Amino acid sequence: MGNSVSTTGIVSGRKDKQALAESFKDLHAPLSDHEALVASDRCYFCHDAPCVTACPTSIDIPLFIRQIATGTPEASAKTIFEQNILGGMCARVCPTETLCEQVCVREVAEGKPVEIGRLQRYATDRLMAAGTHPFERAAPTGKTVGIVGAGPAGLACAHKLAVLGYDVTIYEARRKGGGLNEFGIAAYKSVDDFAQKELEWLLSVGGITIEYGKTVGEDISLVSLREDFDAVFFGMGLAGVNALSCEGEELDSVINAVDFISDIRQAADLSQLAVGRHVVVIGGGMTAVDVAVQSKLLGAQDVALVYRRDKDSMSASLFEQDLATSKGVRIIYNAQPVRVLSEGPALSVEFAYTETNGGKLTKTGETFRLDADQVFKAIGQSLTGAPEALTLQGGKIKVDENGRTNVPKVWAGGDCATGGDDLTVTAVAEGRDAAIDIHTTLLG
Amino acid sequence: MADLTSNFVGITSPNPFWLASAPPTDKEYNVRRAFEAGWGGVVWKTLGSEGPPVVNVNGPRYGVIHGADRRVLGLNNIELITDRDLYQNLDEIKRVKADYPDHAIVVSLMVPCEEEAWKAILPLVEETGADGIELNFGCPHGMAERGMGSAVGQVPEYIEMVTRWCKQYYSKPVIVKLTPNITDIRKPAAAAMRGGADAVSLINTINSIVSVDLDAMAPEPTIDGKGTHGGYCGPAVKPIAMNMVAEIARTPETSNLPISGIGGITTWRDAAEYMALGCGNVQVCTAAMTYGFKIVQEMKSGLSQWMDEKGYASIDAFKGMAVPNVTDWQYLNLNYVTKASINQDDCISCGRCFAACEDTSHQAIIMSEDRVFTVNDAECVACNLCVEVCPVEDCITMVEQAPGTVDERTQKVVVKEHGDWTTHPNNPSAVAAE
Repeated sequence: MGNSVSTTGIVSGRKDKQALAESFKDLHAPLSDHEALVASDRCYFCHDAPCVTACPTSIDIPLFIRQIATGTPEASAKTIFEQNILGGMCARVCPTETLCEQVCVREVAEGKPVEIGRLQRYATDRLMAAGTHPFERAAPTGKTVGIVGAGPAGLACAHKLAVLGYDVTIYEARRKGGGLNEFGIAAYKSVDDFAQKELEWLLSVGGITIEYGKTVGEDISLVSLREDFDAVFFGMGLAGVNALSCEGEELDSVINAVDFISDIRQAADLSQLAVGRHVVVIGGGMTAVDVAVQSKLLGAQDVALVYRRDKDSMSASLFEQDLATSKGVRIIYNAQPVRVLSEGPALSVEFAYTETNGGKLTKTGETFRLDADQVFKAIGQSLTGAPEALTLQGGKIKVDENGRTNVPKVWAGGDCATGGDDLTVTAVAEGRDAAIDIHTTLLG
Repeated sequence: MADLTSNFVGITSPNPFWLASAPPTDKEYNVRRAFEAGWGGVVWKTLGSEGPPVVNVNGPRYGVIHGADRRVLGLNNIELITDRDLYQNLDEIKRVKADYPDHAIVVSLMVPCEEEAWKAILPLVEETGADGIELNFGCPHGMAERGMGSAVGQVPEYIEMVTRWCKQYYSKPVIVKLTPNITDIRKPAAAAMRGGADAVSLINTINSIVSVDLDAMAPEPTIDGKGTHGGYCGPAVKPIAMNMVAEIARTPETSNLPISGIGGITTWRDAAEYMALGCGNVQVCTAAMTYGFKIVQEMKSGLSQWMDEKGYASIDAFKGMAVPNVTDWQYLNLNYVTKASINQDDCISCGRCFAACEDTSHQAIIMSEDRVFTVNDAECVACNLCVEVCPVEDCITMVEQAPGTVDERTQKVVVKEHGDWTTHPNNPSAVAAE
């Protein structure tokens, strides 16, 4: 007999392939043509619309929705892509409930916003499915730009520069592009290998070369980049993982959540991926939710997500928290790990209850223990491998409002740089805006 | 409980909701279903002269203007009169009338504009026991090309002539159905009255091209690459129809002419509005073709509830009550001043009022940095555009300015007395106020 949810230890095949396929299907089904027309009709075409202000990439949302309503989703997609070339992925992964949809006047009035995210996906899917690219490159500028990282920031920067007539080379440390879109997002938010398809579609504009397996500090350096290119953009993301800083962290079954999420995304067969019967996740962001939910979907019998502060402080949105609980994840607020104990192959995590007094988090003195076969650390990522010449601030590359670093002709954006939330959409905005500033600087 | 029974020019029916002459009333099967579903009467689909029946196209005969979620807003058709044998229709009419003596059956007719043709068919209809006839002078497509339908309805002299023949050769009520495809509805209505018509019914369908297939480059519905103009009906035509009804109702010459209201009636409220404008009953087609016969249940319950709430015991109690309030523009009170007022509790800050007023009207709405919208009375001309574009009902209202207060826009004191264009100093033809 095969394994089941109640098989002891860390094992694969807790669910059969069919059950796994059902569990990991698209979180939000795509809108049909008619559903899109009905959903688009709900948009009021607000003046100076709050949704546009709330969008980090300032997509003209009322316009693109109206273009759907009038039967021209391709024109709609172009409106989206003009501001956000990764509009397809953002339609899937943006926390719209805390961005555009949160401020939709119909959310405010009725608690039911226009479904901006799903409509954006409808439009972008339509155009991308046609296999065409809506932008043409300007006449060659004769200038070149080197980019570190083929994640959302680097790709957005590269695309904008390519359209403006630059030749761009991207150096990517991994063997695949897409960054967190490829490695760091829950599988049910990006089904059917969408990140790679989007990458290929983006590159079809031309003028962008990606060199895979090239790491800063090993294969390339700030000095060589500055010598080889007219401008340099760093969009290298956060490759490090924050430590729990508690006893037992070094135990084998205490795992970085980002690695497991990546394993899930890269798995050819999810039934071959092992997961614990009892899983404990420590953290409070999207990564914590993504790993907790996916552990449950893989067949873990019980999954506890433990966060040190209260519900409202959690950086994962209420929607994400509800998603987690609806999938059977138990969220424990106000508890922080004290130590991880080894009990044979199994683990036990001791937590201390916390409370916030005058803005300060303190332990109450009470503790409890959770049994765990696997413990996932999801308490944030950190910058590693940034060239020493770049000034850091708060652990990130310090940039001004145009994305410029302290080093001339070097820009940075996305998670590795200061400013903005660590979201795909923010990274796209920063990459795009850096590209425009590079253009202004080089040819202005 | 309000009494919904209807007596229209002597034709009684359990309620004032009749199915108009159209596809739903083409045969016995449909009409029996309609009566069982609760309709008060039907106007049987138009019969033509004895002989080989007309033929219809074998491709699509309807086109539609859709609103959100494919709501049918306007329907266009190119169907002709009944394509079934005259005697089969007559037999069916006779049978159904015998089985439903309390329900109204009126027979719609369209034969050539010759006395002999009418003289031939009228006794046959009389023999069925139907309650009356309706003269189809309205259909704008197909039959009009053969000198019938709206081709007759567009010539008042023909209307008068044919109506007279019908009154001469038929004993029961004669209703003349009018085409809206004319410039002044009062002329054909008066002609019908002169010819002795017991009532008019309106409107028939409006000449229309409902849409163009941009691939085939042809009007829709498209028959083998070609299209033709058809008759437009449904909710979209209601405002046009109601104006025509009101014009007949408020014109002294025709003010006593009974009217059967037709055009986009979908709910009890539509029916009540037609009746308030002077209609004795109403006829329905598109709503039934969209939702089926069951919708009459809502029309009856809604009208009944509203009448109870208002204390109207019968339809006659409110019929025509709005007619005296339909007037010419020149008599509207220019001393009546209102200003838009935005209820901040209801406002959802969409800014549509601002965009509409700022771009297309009088720049009378102020938008603050934090998206609070307020009315600037010094600019507001009370046009009502903001009220109508606001997605929240009753969020913006028009508030009457009390006499004695100053209109900030004109800096004039609002006066209590009526003052209209006929006495206005800017009117070169003004008469002295009495």
